[in-house]
Amino acid sequence: MKRRNFLVAAGAAFVAGCNRIAESKAGKSLLDAAEGWHQGAQRLLTGRRALAPEYPKSAISPFFRGNGSTDPQNGDYPRHVEEGFANWRLEVRGLVDHPLSLSLENIRKLPQRSQITRHDCVEGWSAIGEWTGPQLAVLLEAAGLKPEAKFVVFRCADEYKGGRYYESVDIEDAFHPQTIVAHSLNGEPLPVRNGAPLRMRIERQLGYKHAKYLTAIEAVASLDEIGEGQGGYWEDRAGYQWYAGI
Amino acid sequence: MKRHALSTRVWHWLNLVCVVVLFMSGLTISNAHRRLYWGDWGFSAEQAWLAVPRFPDWITIPGYYSLAVARDWHILMAWPFALGLAFMWIAMLANRHFARDIATSREEWRPAAVWHDVVEHLKLHFEHEGSKYNFLQKLAYGLVLGVFLPMMVLTGMSISPGMEPTLGWLVELFGGRQSARSLHFIFAFAIAGFFVVHVLLVLLSGPVHQIRDMITGGRAQ
Repeated sequence: MKRRNFLVAAGAAFVAGCNRIAESKAGKSLLDAAEGWHQGAQRLLTGRRALAPEYPKSAISPFFRGNGSTDPQNGDYPRHVEEGFANWRLEVRGLVDHPLSLSLENIRKLPQRSQITRHDCVEGWSAIGEWTGPQLAVLLEAAGLKPEAKFVVFRCADEYKGGRYYESVDIEDAFHPQTIVAHSLNGEPLPVRNGAPLRMRIERQLGYKHAKYLTAIEAVASLDEIGEGQGGYWEDRAGYQWYAGI
Repeated sequence: MKRHALSTRVWHWLNLVCVVVLFMSGLTISNAHRRLYWGDWGFSAEQAWLAVPRFPDWITIPGYYSLAVARDWHILMAWPFALGLAFMWIAMLANRHFARDIATSREEWRPAAVWHDVVEHLKLHFEHEGSKYNFLQKLAYGLVLGVFLPMMVLTGMSISPGMEPTLGWLVELFGGRQSARSLHFIFAFAIAGFFVVHVLLVLLSGPVHQIRDMITGGRAQ
């Protein structure tokens, strides 16, 4: 029993030491830097336009799990569900020459991309589904992205645990061929659970980047003034890494 | 001539810190989704081959449930872990530590020789003439250095969605991302198992002298 107490005490001291490092200024910047090293290494090894794997139809999961918000009740969202999203608008705004406001019909008429990809949640699970929608690049080109834009912010309709969801990516991921604004899952309009009527697909990153219930796409020069400045809902709230390719 | 080369000693202690932090933060990551699957996908109990127990907070980093902080530690320590392992392999091939002390000869694999070694271990007789390590030690160190530790790096990279456009073939070789995740878990516990036996045998074979030699290098016998 004494030996076990010793082990527990030694473990606790080790964890306390780790936490002290993590809370120190140097420790914090080291932990942040590691995220940057991974992003740098991955970008070095992987082509800008290299694709995440796409699967045959037979690989599609029989059910696509929803996570986070799965049935938003805040604001106008329940009304939009009742209306079948007939009055939903997607804005493209911020550092663009011609801001856009698009209906779902406008979006369905754009050139479409369908991709059967695997969704990897930060928690560890995966599901495979077929997503359809226009490439984000098409929208950004139509709006005329200004050269000073460095990030694209995704604004969402859902409030989750008292905060409005949002996410962001850099220009490289925004223009990746598999980055699409999806309106369909497995050939059907998106279920509410999975982000109806529009959600992002950022296929080379973890699930929390794939903003659901999309209301606006905003080009910005910096993320400092958006939300609490960390680039996304979970980044602000829980300290998740902004680069979610790891 | 030292009993342990400087490169071996530096790597040994660096790797200890890496493995402990990676393992304990990994337990928090496991707590975030306590099921393991084979194949490309899986998200519910029906697909799982293993329901993993919840690891108590006191054996995890950061000591309370925070997936974000655990991931921070995990992706930081992955760097010295992977680069250190590469360094150790280069060093032990260059200084012949591998060829001299770890590589086994065909003779050592004879059943009678293996059995003799097992019996000697069970009797806690650790003295052996000729080579530095006996057969079971060589086998254990060879497996850890050659299979368990490299598999952690390879399966870890396979779980990263950002690596998959480049390493898709590796993910496929493991049987899909969820298989790679399962293997990551299995090899983590294989290393934990080695750790327990390793520490136990050090305690049984003169811990002061063993630990001192792994710090100072000791003297070759």
